[in-house]
Amino acid sequence: MFETWELLWLQNYWWGIVSLLGGFLAMMLFVQGGQALIPALAKNEADKTLLYNVFGRKWELGFTTLVLFGGAIFAAFPLFYAVSFGGAYFAWMILLFAYIIQAVSYEYRTKKGNIYGSRTYELFLSINGFLSPFLIGVIISTLFSGGAFIVDDANLSHWTIATRGLEALSVPFNVLGGVSVVLVSRVLGMLFILNSVREKNLLESTLKKLRIEIILAIAFLASFALWIFVVPGAAINDTTIIIESNRYWHTFLDHPIVLLMPFVIGLGLFILGGFKGKKSSFWCGIAGTVLMVFALLMATGINGAPFYPSYADLQSSLTITNSSGSRYTLVVMSYVSLFVPVVLAYIAYVWRSMAKPITHEEIKKDPFSY
Amino acid sequence: MDLIDWSRAQFALTAIYHFLFVPLTLGLSFLVAIMETIYVKTGDEKWLKTTKFWVKLFGINFVIGVATGLIMEFEFGTNWAAYSWIVGDIFGAPLAIEGIFAFFLESTFFVVLFFGWDRVSKRFHLTSAWLVAIGTNLSALWILVANGWMQFPVGMEFNPDTMRYEMANFWEVIFSPVAIAKFLHTIGGGYVTTSIFVVGVSAWFLLRGRETQFARRSIIVASSFGLFASLFLLLSGDESAHQVAQKQPMKLAAMEGLYEGEGRAGIVAFGILNPDKKVGDDLPEFYGDIQIPYALSLLGYHDINAFVPGINDLIEGNEQFNIMSAGEKIERGRAALNDLSAYHEAKKEGNTTAASTSLKAFDANQSYMGYGHFSDPLQTVPPIALTFYSFHVMVGLGSFFIVLFIVLLYLGMTNELLTTRWALWITFMSIPLGFVACEAGWIVAEVGRQPWVIQDLLPTMKGSSALNVQSVQITFWAFAILFTALLIAEIKIMMATISKGPHIAEKGDNHV
Ligand code: HDD
Ligand code: HEM
Ligand code: HEM
Repeated sequence: MFETWELLWLQNYWWGIVSLLGGFLAMMLFVQGGQALIPALAKNEADKTLLYNVFGRKWELGFTTLVLFGGAIFAAFPLFYAVSFGGAYFAWMILLFAYIIQAVSYEYRTKKGNIYGSRTYELFLSINGFLSPFLIGVIISTLFSGGAFIVDDANLSHWTIATRGLEALSVPFNVLGGVSVVLVSRVLGMLFILNSVREKNLLESTLKKLRIEIILAIAFLASFALWIFVVPGAAINDTTIIIESNRYWHTFLDHPIVLLMPFVIGLGLFILGGFKGKKSSFWCGIAGTVLMVFALLMATGINGAPFYPSYADLQSSLTITNSSGSRYTLVVMSYVSLFVPVVLAYIAYVWRSMAKPITHEEIKKDPFSY
Repeated sequence: MDLIDWSRAQFALTAIYHFLFVPLTLGLSFLVAIMETIYVKTGDEKWLKTTKFWVKLFGINFVIGVATGLIMEFEFGTNWAAYSWIVGDIFGAPLAIEGIFAFFLESTFFVVLFFGWDRVSKRFHLTSAWLVAIGTNLSALWILVANGWMQFPVGMEFNPDTMRYEMANFWEVIFSPVAIAKFLHTIGGGYVTTSIFVVGVSAWFLLRGRETQFARRSIIVASSFGLFASLFLLLSGDESAHQVAQKQPMKLAAMEGLYEGEGRAGIVAFGILNPDKKVGDDLPEFYGDIQIPYALSLLGYHDINAFVPGINDLIEGNEQFNIMSAGEKIERGRAALNDLSAYHEAKKEGNTTAASTSLKAFDANQSYMGYGHFSDPLQTVPPIALTFYSFHVMVGLGSFFIVLFIVLLYLGMTNELLTTRWALWITFMSIPLGFVACEAGWIVAEVGRQPWVIQDLLPTMKGSSALNVQSVQITFWAFAILFTALLIAEIKIMMATISKGPHIAEKGDNHV
């Protein structure tokens, strides 16, 4: 079936998958958001341990989503993989370091013989809890604000600023994006606690904090979205890349079903979940996050628009057409992508079978608890 | 050291760290699934405790394997950007497939294996254990398809317009004989390493007189599994060598320190290389060596009379056996690169006839294009000593393991394990050796491929990102420090967990 698709369709399809994976990656940041809040929410050791165990059973999925996100870009948009990872070297490296320290921390935190002490691993989790969402937010923002790269005739890329990606932190818009994602991840983290814990005092302190942070999160998200809608952005005119005013706003209006609707519904679900703060609100929150991030990412590249503008050399900007793999690879990988729903299905099944709320007693009894 | 050296050093460092944790993940996941199956079948609580003990060690090892693996996935982009763009179509595909088919299986069912003991049914739990084992081994499959392609590129075409290799046949890529041989050999290495680990840990318990029944049971299960896996390893290693001989003759010559090619070539069982020996001179290759006659011809070509080319033949050429000299390949490669740029010039000017003539000329020498980047034939020789010694360390250890497993099985059957303390000490001291053998194998495979990152197509020096050397130095040291710190923590936690033991109180145990 995919063999008959036009190349641009395949590229759109793959940009859609990458955007969706970006959405899932952002959604899984609820683990980070939650784990960063543990010191503030837990009033005693037992509650703290409980919360570490609540989030410790979910961190792997976020990790794996990040890996798949990387792999999908590698196969479908190899030039983007090369330009972004090889160019914004330090931004990515710091993000990777932030993830490395998460992987071991849950498992090693309370184990006998963990020579650096529990506090070190808790610190690692706090660092990861802030840094990962922040950097992912900043990196997503650079898809709108651009990077400093030049792609030469042989399609080899060069970064023109010695700070190699860290300069993104000096752009207020990127910082706004980073903080917005941090706030979203914290709201999702709190919703997850409300969803999976039944200890009264924890629920109360979480709800209290949620009431404040949801307002902050919405304020930042709204400013981030408004900013995107009013700024000029890179667009394509025939084969040359130009700067167009209100570029993203236009794109959203041009694609009401693929872009505008998911974004509006996503935002609505997120706000609804955040304000309700019920056991099931978590599902609203994460569905909303996936939809919003999907729409934002999709809007950058849809139909061959420049999804990664270069402010060092506008014509070097990456589009889904100039950075994609060959037609053959996209077709093969499209067949592979049909397997994604199966993966989602078994994840959902396992998630449900393991969903019984975790209690203090269980943790004390279970030799495997963190 | 320049940018390329630092990038290589960083890749080597992170890969070596990653592969310290991989073998146990591959093997323990299976062992755990087997033990849990026995528990479910027999309902014997002792097997449950045994299973849980190894699951704990599995988890401690698994998380750090995941942490180091993440870096491997992204390092192709961060440090080998040119490589990633030039072959992303082919190399990225198995990596993405690995994510979808393998990693999610591992990470989803790992949680059940760990925390699901009282949350899901026994059968579901057992299924999860098997799915984790299948997931880890599937991930090995896909990554080795990718790595196999770098050793023996197939199923692709060069696109002169985009200047990159594009996939032309997916099935050729995944069913490449090199990939299959590598997959079988590498998971075999994981099983053997795990078996050595399990018998080593059990020997420690026996030496301390603790958990003796548990330890005896583990030794018998693991040494049978290990012996079987070792023989499998030997066969798949033979197949790997056979593939190397066909596809990477220079690597084979380096593995054996073979300068002058010969028919009925022997294998060096033991040898000390002469460090002054240079390509093309008359010095002896070894200070001293012991050869197994005919074995190399047999191993490489499955024919005792076969001619095995040496380094000199590959550099200087050998007309009798129809081997082109490296110098000529470089000439042809340069011609190909010139024709390619002429093609691009002509295309820019809109001169279609000139463009198609250049393209035709290019096609004639296309397969040597990679060689055009070198200036001196000697640049195409890999580091010989490192490749040679690594290969011999691996094979030597492989032979030793077979003997060790046989001895342990014998002692286990005759009930002499507890009294034969020297054997227990040797077994305990052998714990690190499996890891050494695996790393040595990777050094053979990767260093022996140098100076190519993709055999004959892309020299390593052309694959890297355009970084400045300081950036890579910073991340190199950051990885070195962080991974070393985590490795120390992991070993300490392992030791603490082992010394706590599975707590299976049985007759004859000392109490602790
Ligand atoms: C023969 C097996 C093998 C080999 C050669 C490699 N790996 Fe590996 N990898 C595994 C076998 C494995 C594993 C056994 O499946 C691991 C080890 C620990 C674990 O949790 O899974 C794993 C984990 C692992 C992870 C973390 C997965 C997760 O999030 O769950 C990533 C991203 C990679 N690997 C990527 C790589 C890359 C890019 C490699 C090559 C350059 C590589 N691995 C070599
Ligand atoms: C995990 C086990 C592995 C180990 C221990 C390992 C070891 C090494 C070593 C020692 C080097 C440096 C060689 C040199 O520069 O002299 C290297 C380089 C490299 N290897 Fe591997 N390798 C492993 C797996 C892989 C796999 C599975 C792939 C591909 C999927 C791969 C791709 C590369 C690349 C791209 C380089 C860099 C270029 C180079 O220096 O050759 N490696 N590896
Ligand atoms: C018993 C005799 C053995 C033989 C004849 C043998 C042969 C080989 C050969 C020829 C290679 C290089 C393949 C290449 O360059 O592409 C290799 C690689 C390797 N070996 Fe062995 N080997 C043996 C034992 C072992 C043992 C005992 C282990 C570990 C416990 C091991 C683990 C590995 C690994 C991990 C690699 C790298 C992956 C690969 O290239 O397949 N080998 N082996």
